Amino acid sequence: MKVLGLYNYWVFTVLLMIGLYAIIARGNLVKKLLGLSIFQSAVFLLYISMAKVEGGTAPIIQHAGEPQLFSNPLPHVLILTAIVVGISTIALGLAIVVRIREEFGTIEEDEIQARDRDR
Amino acid sequence: MVTAFGFVLLTLLLVTAVAIVVTPNLFVAVMLTSIFSLLMAATFFLLDAADVALTEAAIGAGMSTILFLGALALIGEHEARRRRRPWLPLAVIGLTAFTLIYATFDKPRLGDPAAPVHQHVAPWYLEQTPELMGMSNVVTAVLAGFRAYDTLGEVLVILTAGFGVLLILAERRAGGRPDRPPAVGLRHHLIPRVVGQLLIPFIVLFGLYLQFHGEFGPGGGFQAGAIIAVGIVLHALLEGEAAGRAILPTRVLTGLMAGGAFLFAAVGIAGMLLGGEFLDYSGFSADPVAGQQLGVHLVEAGVGITVTGTLVAAFHAFADRERPA
Repeated sequence: MKVLGLYNYWVFTVLLMIGLYAIIARGNLVKKLLGLSIFQSAVFLLYISMAKVEGGTAPIIQHAGEPQLFSNPLPHVLILTAIVVGISTIALGLAIVVRIREEFGTIEEDEIQARDRDR
Repeated sequence: MVTAFGFVLLTLLLVTAVAIVVTPNLFVAVMLTSIFSLLMAATFFLLDAADVALTEAAIGAGMSTILFLGALALIGEHEARRRRRPWLPLAVIGLTAFTLIYATFDKPRLGDPAAPVHQHVAPWYLEQTPELMGMSNVVTAVLAGFRAYDTLGEVLVILTAGFGVLLILAERRAGGRPDRPPAVGLRHHLIPRVVGQLLIPFIVLFGLYLQFHGEFGPGGGFQAGAIIAVGIVLHALLEGEAAGRAILPTRVLTGLMAGGAFLFAAVGIAGMLLGGEFLDYSGFSADPVAGQQLGVHLVEAGVGITVTGTLVAAFHAFADRERPA
């Protein structure tokens, strides 16, 4: 079971690499942003996986005083805010992509560079 | 059984992520991202993170998809095909993946109660929250109470990003141009209109419930703000951009964005004036626990207002932009 208990971390690693691949190997700017959002989702998965405690439950205390086992609330707090910050930065990225499309008529990286050189 | 379900969800996440990167059609990729977020939300729920699952479902599967589609309407949905093989990136990610997977063998297995992450401050939060804050939801207590300073920073980041979107997409608004037919939304489609109009009040009501009940159950300003924003955006999608803008003009939205963050910071300074430290709410009431609860309510309200304003304003910035020829 030791090995199966690491499956979450392997999924994290592979998701992180899929996101990184889209960011560095794809020339399309929207694809890069989608890769960035996969990349950050992978980080969220890592944090939430670390917070899990075997046999625990969501950290909402129903009967104070009774001994209960809870998962770790701190990573939940960090990721909760990170998700909303993530969408705001993605929106900012999309706004920049829209402006690039209007200026250059394309969102492919190599075409943008070629047109920029011709100016 | 639950463990097996978790494995299936994680495997589906991998398949969806590969499909997002491989597909040449950006519309398909965005819809797959929505599915990816929903799977991720279910995974978070299985891992006991109810608050995070709510946020991911509302933001990832809802708002993020709408913003991407709004941008795709302006930039087209086809990705150019490249013939050269990306050997160098593949080598880089292969090597990094190998290193990271090698490193996972040193990590504690999933759910290990003796893992280092559970030994530091987390037990203190779990132990002290009922006594110091008088709340059930430890996530809310940490977010708006113990670590409110962090959260204030996050709200300011969201505010900055929102104003960035508004400034970048400021000119060339389509609205008010007489030569262009007004966007009519989905008013002429019977089923989306009827179903959508039925759903909007319940979406907003659920958002308000999460806003005011976040101390005792899953919920809080971030989730509530996202869900209320989804309700408002759904109204704009159904009734057309002009009708959506009419109920919440940009002036009001920017006021909400800044006002929420201002409320958060003002609560912090009020704590100082009442003799405590920045963002210490115990002076708000004769009973320190009641003071904490009041402070958390106010701070969460500030978060909810800023998140709603930012998300709706970002949607309008994309939806109201003139289509390029």
